[in-house]
Formats: sequence, C-alpha cells, structure tokens
Amino acid sequence: MKLLKLVPDNTNIDFMKVRNIALVISIILTVASLSLVAIKGLNLGIDFVGGQVVRATFAQPINIEDLRGRMNALDVGEASIQDFGDNRTYQVRLPSPPDAKASAEIVGKVRTALQNQYPGVKVGAGEAVSGKVSEELARDGALALGLAMLGIAIYIWFRFEWQFGVGALVTLFHDVSMILGFFAVTRLQFDLNVVAAFLTVVGYSLNDTVVIYDRIRENLRKYRKMQIIPMLNLTLNETLSRTIVTSLSIMLALTMLLIFGPEVIFGLTAAILLGTFVGTYSSIYISAPILVWLGVRPDSFLKAEDKAPAKLAGGDGAVV
Amino acid sequence: MFDPPKWKIWSILLVIAVGIILAVPSFFPRDQVAKWPAWAPKTQIARGLDIAGGSQLLLEADLADATRQRLSAMDDSVTQELRREPRIQVGDISSSNGQVSFMLRDPTQLDAAVERVRTLTQGVGLTGTRTWNVSTQDGNRVIMVPTPEGNAQAIKDAMTVARDVVRRRIDPSGTREITVINQGQNRILVQVPGIDDPEALKRLIGQTARLEFKLVDQNADQAQVAQGRAPAGSQVLPRADGTGFVALQRRVMVSGEEVADAKQVFDQQSGAPVVSIRFDSSGARRFGRTTTENVNKPFAIVLDNKVISVANINEPILGGSAQISGGFTTQSANELAISLSSGKLPVKLDVIEERTVSAELGNDSIRSGAIASGVAVLAVMLFMVITYGRFGWYANLGLVINTLLILGVMGLIGSALTLPGIAGFVLTIGAAVDANVLINERIREEQRRGRKILDAIETGYKEASTAIFDANITNVIAAAIMWYFGSGPVRGFAIVLLIGIITSVFTAVNFTRLLVALWVRKKRPRELHI
Repeated sequence: MKLLKLVPDNTNIDFMKVRNIALVISIILTVASLSLVAIKGLNLGIDFVGGQVVRATFAQPINIEDLRGRMNALDVGEASIQDFGDNRTYQVRLPSPPDAKASAEIVGKVRTALQNQYPGVKVGAGEAVSGKVSEELARDGALALGLAMLGIAIYIWFRFEWQFGVGALVTLFHDVSMILGFFAVTRLQFDLNVVAAFLTVVGYSLNDTVVIYDRIRENLRKYRKMQIIPMLNLTLNETLSRTIVTSLSIMLALTMLLIFGPEVIFGLTAAILLGTFVGTYSSIYISAPILVWLGVRPDSFLKAEDKAPAKLAGGDGAVV
Repeated sequence: MFDPPKWKIWSILLVIAVGIILAVPSFFPRDQVAKWPAWAPKTQIARGLDIAGGSQLLLEADLADATRQRLSAMDDSVTQELRREPRIQVGDISSSNGQVSFMLRDPTQLDAAVERVRTLTQGVGLTGTRTWNVSTQDGNRVIMVPTPEGNAQAIKDAMTVARDVVRRRIDPSGTREITVINQGQNRILVQVPGIDDPEALKRLIGQTARLEFKLVDQNADQAQVAQGRAPAGSQVLPRADGTGFVALQRRVMVSGEEVADAKQVFDQQSGAPVVSIRFDSSGARRFGRTTTENVNKPFAIVLDNKVISVANINEPILGGSAQISGGFTTQSANELAISLSSGKLPVKLDVIEERTVSAELGNDSIRSGAIASGVAVLAVMLFMVITYGRFGWYANLGLVINTLLILGVMGLIGSALTLPGIAGFVLTIGAAVDANVLINERIREEQRRGRKILDAIETGYKEASTAIFDANITNVIAAAIMWYFGSGPVRGFAIVLLIGIITSVFTAVNFTRLLVALWVRKKRPRELHI
C-alpha cells in the first residue's frame, strides 16, 4: 500500500524570509484582538459576573416579547432572553440581585413561573452564581492560567536557554490573545468551560513550540558553524511533516466534534480548533524567529555541556 | 531495543491488563455492575453533573450567625456554671459587642468567678492558646472575648457537623450517590445526580431546624406584644404564618437536641399532615415534668425562632412523644421531620451558587458527545493508518489502550468526567498522536539519511524521546499548577490532563515500542514502509 505523504521529502521552504511580514501581521492581529476585547468586551457568562440563567425548551414556539414580559413581571431584574434558533429553546438571563443570598431563589422563581405559565415546558438547566463566587472564580481561573504559564517558562528556561522561555511565553501570549479576540468577535459566551478550551489551546501550542525548540537545540549542537537563520529554516523544514500531520489529525478530530458533537460544547470546540491552527502557525512564525531577535547564536548551548568535555579532552584549549 | 527483557514485556502487559480490568465496568450501567460477583472489578468512572444531569449547590456558612450563636451559648454556660454551688451572684450577663461580660455582686468573688468561667474555655492546638480570653475590669467585671483561634476551631467543628447534617437531610437512607464535601474554610459543596429541581433540596438545607418548646408568658401585656415589644424577662417571637407575635418565657422546656426520632404522619382527628416526634429519655423526662407542672397552661412550639403553633397542656404528657401541627402540607411536614431527625444545623447555611442540568439534556449531550467522539477517533485512526501503515496500526492500538487506561485510572481514583474533562481528553489524545507522529517521522527521516531499518527505528525512538519528554513535562507542570490553584472546571480539566499525559507517554513510547520490537524480532523485515 502506498502511504500518504502530505509533505514531500526534503522540503526547503524559506520560512524565515517572511518572518518580518509574519511578525507585522501577528502584531496587528494581536493588537486588534486585544483592542476588540477592550472595546467590545467579552460576552462574560454568569460564572464571571454573577447572575442567573435558566434554559428552557417550550412545547410550542412562543412569542419572545411575551416571555420577556412575564419574566419582568417577576420583578427579579431586567431579563435578557436569548433564542437558540428554533423558536422553542430560550435562555433567560437575569442580573445578580443586590442581596447575594437571593441569587439561588430567583432561579426557583423563574422555574416555577415557567412551569405554571407554559404547560409542557422543559426546564433544561438553571444556574445561579452570586457575585462573590463569580469574582473568586474569575480570580482563581486567571491565577491558575498565569501561574501555569510562568511555571512553564521557568522549566523551558532551565531545560533550554532563557531566550526559549521568553519565546514560549510570547507565543502563548499571542495565541491566547487570538482566542480572546475570537470570543470578542463571535460573542460566544465566555464561561468557565471556555477556560478549559483556553487551557487546551495553551497546552497544544506549548507542545508544538517545545517540539520545535527541541529540534532547534539539537541542530544548534549538531551544526555549530551554521548561521542561525539557515539553521532555523532547516529545522522548520525537518519538523514540517510532523507539524502538519499532528495538527491535521487534531483538527480532523475537532471538526468531527464540531459537526456531530452536542450543542453545549460547540463554543468550546470552535475555540480549540482555532487555537490549534493559531498554535501551529505561531510555533513556526513566532517562536522560531523570536530566537533570532533575542540573539540565540550557534554557541548558545556550548557553555555548560560541550565546553567541559572539550577541556577534558586535551589541553589544547581550542574551544570555540 | 529489539530484544526487550522478559520482565519489561511482562510489566508493560501487566499495567495494560490492570488498566483494562479497571476500565471495563465503566462500559456497563451502574445498577448492572452492582450485581456483579464480589471478585469482579467495580470501579466506574463517574459522570459529572454537567454530563449526567443533576443539581449542584455551593453553601456558605453565615459566619456572623455562627459568632452570635457562640456568644449566646457561652452566655448560657456561664449562667449555669455560676449557679452551681457555691453560687456566685452576678448581675445581668450581657453577650453583645462580640463579648460576654457580667458584673459581680460581691467583688471579693472576682478570682473565684474567673476561675469558674475559665473551666468553660479550652485550649486550641499545641500553642496553648485558649478558645476564649478571660479578663477583668474595674475589680468587679469579668469579660470573656472569643479568640480568633477559638472562632476558627468552632467554625471548623461546626462545618464538620453541618456537612454530616446536610448529608443526612438530603439522603436519609444513605443510598444515593450524593457528594457532600467541605470546601475552603466555610463552604460545603453538594452534588446530587438525577435531581433537576433543586427547590426541595434548598428547603431541606435551608432549615436550621432549631426546635424549642417554650411556655407562653401569660402575664404579658397583649398590646405591647402586638407591637412586637417584649415584657421584662420574656421574649416575643413572630408566628410562622405572619399573623402576629407571641410572648414566651425564655426558658426552653425541651429542645430539638432531645428529639430521638421524627416522622410525618396524619392527625387522627383532622386528617391533616403533622409531624410526630419522639424524645430521648432525658427529653421525655423533662417534657413530662414541665407538662405536669404546667397543666392548663399554653405552650408554644418554636422552629428557627418562629412560633409554628400554640397548644394547651390538657394533661401531663408522659409518653415521651408529641405531635407538631401547624398548617403543614404533606411535603413540608415531611421536610420538617427529616430536618428534625437529622439534627439541627450548627450554623446557618446560604446557597451562594446553584447549577442544575436536566438529566434529559445530559443524556442528549452524552449521546451526541459519544457519537462525535467515536467519529473523531475513527477519523484520526484512519489518518494514522494511511499515513504510517503498520506503524499507524501500532499507534492506534496505543490510542485505544491509552483511552482505557485513562478511564481505568479515573474510575480508580473516583474522579468524575465533566465537559472540561473531555477537553482534557482531546488534548491527551492529541499528545498521544503527536508522540507517535514524532517517532514515526523521525524514523522516516533517519531512513532517508541512509540508516538501516533497525538502526533507523532505534534512532527514531531515541531521538524523538527528548522532544516527547520535554513537551509532556511542560504540560504536566501546567496541569499540576492548574489543579492546585484552579477550581471547578479548571481542576476537572487538569486532572484528566495529568492522568492522560502519563498514560499517553506510556502507551505511545513503551507500548508501541514493544509492539515494534516483537514484530522486528519475529519477521526480521528487509524493508520498512513508513
């Protein structure tokens, strides 16, 4: 059987030639994403801002204004009602009450009202998060993400060189910004589950970056006389086949989840899919070129490991 | 590497066998697994509430209430202690401003009084700090201030008791799979699978169920009472139905602590739902004695500082049981009965977070999630085979084993699979695929460079290992930090990632290597299609 080869043997693409163009594009996109988040904000779910959400499927299509009227008549705050496209499934969201303890009671009120006023309604999910808890959730989530990134950078710094640690962090920052931008544009709800999508993207992007860094380190040791730019090009070409096969297989899996998966994980999957793409791009066009800008040279890895054996080998002192 | 030692082969196979055995029960319904013989493995992966449907409540103790209760309990203890012989005469004991204080009638008894109340305080931990600080003022006043250590200890104890009470209230028979755990200093997390209307749950938990029988103060001025003002030495409490106030003697005849059992029954005359309670022996004695002394006087049943009913003592009640009526529905009577027999909550609990997913929605999610995951895994497997041929099959076998191992380990440690957990799952499958891709691509590369087959395979595995190691260690670090600092979904994600990375490295590296080694040893291949 003839096996599939997506990337021909011995490719010689000059990735580094376009590194400045790629950098400009990336900076523009990052700035655009972050400004978008700053201006439009994210569609934060009740996990992060507090409040109540009740999701219901009605027996017959209903009038949204009628539902809004009934919800507002409960006197539990301004109801925002989201339609799920079929005129039967709606999500009612209510703001956090001034008294934090009342939050959970409101869900009960809404649930009862729906059941009394719309025969045959199915209340699918109800959630209430008090303002205090939502603040904690947001803080804990950000803290966990921040510390995880820091821990990774430190590890990479120890295993490689500080430039690689910085490179990995910048790459992660780039990828995370893109995903944030994606959520700002699509207005998909940003809740705690999405944090899991973020973490997946961070994990994947990191994996990709580290694999390429590992090969760069190997080649830095192997081809000591080679200039950094041709060396990075060589490395990226050597790893290209792996990069493509891995990201394609993951994107393939995610596309299936997107098409056939439950509606609850749509946003999650879409974000991871985009993240996989961005993560693949950034490990080639950001994490590698950044090493040039940070001044990684062919002798970067000679200090600790390779100089010592040279000295031991003989007293000729011909260490590069 | 092509002649692995026997022990290595066997230990790899052993790990896989154990993993599969642990994973198998997860593929069967829970009630069916319960009927399996005793020797059969029963570890099952639990489904998180977001997948299986159910309710989750996060309860927070009202710390101000806890502190108030602690003060009033000390107030009572001091009163009793000083009344014991030899009696020490004091003025009114006050428990306001966060302290308990009293003035002595006879200042020469100051040292004796301090000595006596000090026996009511206890040491906390090993530092010798006590639960209360006792000090004196002006030569005739004793002041007791709760220490922060004492408060912390009291809250800790109260939360432990509260957790057990909550558990008994939700699950009186102890048969349902509920989760009730303490979280942080003053919170309790309750998860009840299968219940998608949490209102009853909230009512059960919300009831402090402090039950007291008190005599009605008949000397009270009714006009004053109607305005909610209490006569000296008595207290005024509102009626539960909101129809006014009742003046009561402060002394408690019998309290809920002395209830041995409570159940909902129907009143024989009116047919209305009532709660029948049975006192324990000391409660029965006290109830008998007080009712004997107060025949023809009214007494009130007070629940959580609200009067639910007032009745006349027609004759001494000696049997040790009583009936509480007060306009109950069958359900509310039943809830009160459960609350009473499960004990009172030592501290008031507020619901600060509530999440409910209907089981129906959960089932839909599971079904389409399972289909989608199946299709996704098949697509990746097909892709692997058409890309790497035989080595793709090995990678796929590794993938299947990896999935089983993750399920097995999660079942073993009792971790639930949630939606974010599935995201973690996807990432580890990705990592497992990537490890194999790294190895296979490296073998291709080494072959291109002109290495012989065996040499290419060996170098491929060796050179790819560092990249696999570094990439996975970084993810382990990330997962460990997220598990430690994160909460809820972040943790759910991190735990699956932690397990998955370890199992995926094991299957992608050790297991596929074993398969390759066995194949090479048997077939001695002359050419390699990869």
